[in-house]
Amino acid sequence: MTQIRFQTFALTAEALACRRGGRAIFDSVGFRLANGEAIALTGRNGAGKSSLIAMLCGRLRPEAGAIKLDGLDDMPLAEAAHLVGHRDGLKTALTATENLRFAQELLGSAGLTPAEALATVGLPHAGPLPVGYLSAGQRRRVALARLLVASRPIWLLDEPMAALDVGSQAMLSQLMQGHLAAGGAILAATHGPLGLDGARELRIGP
Amino acid sequence: MSRAFLAILRRDLALAVRAGGGGELALVFFLTVVVLIPFALGPDLNLLSRIGPAILWLGALLATLIGLDRLFQADEEDGSLDLIRGAPLPLELAVFAKALAHWLTTGLPLTLAAPLLGLLVALPAEGVVPLTASLALGTPALSFIGAAAAALTASLRRGGLILPILVAPLCVPVLIFGVSASDAARGPMPLQSPLLILAALSLMAAAVGCVAAAAALRQPD
Repeated sequence: MTQIRFQTFALTAEALACRRGGRAIFDSVGFRLANGEAIALTGRNGAGKSSLIAMLCGRLRPEAGAIKLDGLDDMPLAEAAHLVGHRDGLKTALTATENLRFAQELLGSAGLTPAEALATVGLPHAGPLPVGYLSAGQRRRVALARLLVASRPIWLLDEPMAALDVGSQAMLSQLMQGHLAAGGAILAATHGPLGLDGARELRIGP
Repeated sequence: MSRAFLAILRRDLALAVRAGGGGELALVFFLTVVVLIPFALGPDLNLLSRIGPAILWLGALLATLIGLDRLFQADEEDGSLDLIRGAPLPLELAVFAKALAHWLTTGLPLTLAAPLLGLLVALPAEGVVPLTASLALGTPALSFIGAAAAALTASLRRGGLILPILVAPLCVPVLIFGVSASDAARGPMPLQSPLLILAALSLMAAAVGCVAAAAALRQPD
């Protein structure tokens, strides 16, 4: 598998605060994420892990603080980042291949073909199946295959290990290692181990 | 960029024709309304033929509203709207692609079915072409106005209830000129001017609707 080296970049978040429905969720959360780095975002349920990821994507306005992406030719963060969250962005009526081809054409940066990506996540025969027929873990793997069909430097993952079996968790760890080795960066909200050496932990909430 | 535009267009067309996509729902609803109204009116053929264009236009308007709330809501719920937001394609063009797909799967089939359904409402032969032309030029406006309203209600769980209230007043001009173009065949009024106004309304709705919808979708929570 040929690896693309990414440009130098640094994503910094300073003193982020989140308030939802009038209730303060977290405040003064900050981090710096550069090439080859990984952050494991931890915290109890409701601590605001998904909210932090939504903020990074521009879907949620921070109550205070700033998010800045340096390098990458002033590309907006939403265009530099891949998002795989609870809402997996897959259409159940379309096949796995159609979903991935759509993501590839939409996101528009070179990556693996849908068939190669499906083989990499261990679903080489799922291509012609509608996503609605797949199990939760298989769907999650199709969503993760999206990380491969378009190449983007930053991966924002919300509980990527959820619903995955042990073998698939190891496969995902390997994918993430490969991405870090190629100069990418990962921020993943998680409750369990990510299987990454050298991932920093960012704990939000008490 | 045009690749991303075509990707959205192609995906929405594919979704509309798959099972449960709702592409045929508008057509079936249109058919039901137009078939039932003559029975409700009774055997007055002159009356039926006089209000025929209005029945067809109202049917087309209501059929367009059906399923319109799902235009962005479905993408919001399954997360594909986040993908579209993260694409290098300007959101305005993404909205245009989605509204165009909506028109191709609702407005266009309604327009094509209208001459046939015209028979059921005793539409005079010379009225068929003006009616079809008015629907072809006017229904895009309904899709684009609807797209703006659908974007506003995308994150509301029962957005389908508020959507017709938002859309109906904005569709009044389209309805007026649509019916007057279809009526022109019988009266002394010129046919050309209402058709030109309909075309202008559609172009205006395409420009304003896409910008408005993109602004609504961009708004963070």
